[in-house]
Amino acid sequence: MTPASDNPSAPVRRSIPIWIQILIWLGLIGLLAILLLGILRSENPMLRVGSKVQDFPLSLYSGYEYQGAGQVHLADLRGKVVLVNFWASWCQPCETEAADLETVWRAYQPGGKVVFLGVDYVDTPPEARVYLQKYAVSYPTGPDLGTNISKIFNRNLGVPETYVIDQQGVLRSIQIGPFQSAADIQAVVDPLLAGN
Amino acid sequence: MSSKRLIGLAVLVLGLSLAWAVTASAQQPTPSDDEVNAIARQLFCPVCQNTPLDVCPTQACQQWRDLIRQMLAEGKSADYIKQYFVVNYGARVLAEPPRSGFNWLIYVVPPAAFLLGLYLLLRAYQTWKRTPEEPAAEAGDRPATAAGDPYISRVEEELRKRQ
Repeated sequence: MTPASDNPSAPVRRSIPIWIQILIWLGLIGLLAILLLGILRSENPMLRVGSKVQDFPLSLYSGYEYQGAGQVHLADLRGKVVLVNFWASWCQPCETEAADLETVWRAYQPGGKVVFLGVDYVDTPPEARVYLQKYAVSYPTGPDLGTNISKIFNRNLGVPETYVIDQQGVLRSIQIGPFQSAADIQAVVDPLLAGN
Repeated sequence: MSSKRLIGLAVLVLGLSLAWAVTASAQQPTPSDDEVNAIARQLFCPVCQNTPLDVCPTQACQQWRDLIRQMLAEGKSADYIKQYFVVNYGARVLAEPPRSGFNWLIYVVPPAAFLLGLYLLLRAYQTWKRTPEEPAAEAGDRPATAAGDPYISRVEEELRKRQ
């Protein structure tokens, strides 16, 4: 038996041009790299207690400004305890805690050591305003434009969710779901004030 | 009724008619469900997973459809409304991703992969078509020679020696 390669009568097999093979491999490697990048980005771990919270701007609804400004940055609030509450007008559990949040805010506001930020998650402004008026909310509140703030906290469980950040900008408490009472809210804020 | 009163009344009626006409023309008619859904189906619910806004049954989606209706009534264009949704809720609400950045891959890769597949299929087809014919044709054209076949070369050499 002779090897086929030695036989000139054997059919000549035309292979795919080398430049096409290179292109195919480069394309596949490129697609895999992009896929990997996408997975790494989407698997950004949920912000955990003890993590430093990245700065973000919150544009505020008219009538709900912070010290007269229509926008507040988390970094500007360094030195204060910051309670970030995600809510929406279509969220019924949010209504459970709305009055308590306002009550506690009014208790802390004169001291100036605590700031509440209401972050309105994917909501419609007319209904949001009705909600804010219904519960007489007076702390700074604004929409989560482009869901950029939600992405920082990488929250995906729903609303309401509340994050309490200490004077150094470190996350100290996460509340998934509504607070059951004003005392529950104070129980997560007071220790941070006492520890300062 | 005196002629002065009649003229006054006529002027009043004319003025009121004009005012009504101007007001009516300034108002946009209430957009129909079809008009609202034409835009809503180009958007996805920002809260639910993979649910087009026009068929989403939640209260939140109803609010968004009402918002679209309100904006249409204010004379806003479909592009303006879609842009409003992107700014407020992120680009993920768009049924068709914007043609920018990495999103281009969605538009470029599938057609490119299709064309490449078509090319490879064509080449494979040509190879399959040629393979059964070529050996026979080549064998028929060429006389059996020793060139390249060591076995035949050896046989011919042995024959020559015996002669």
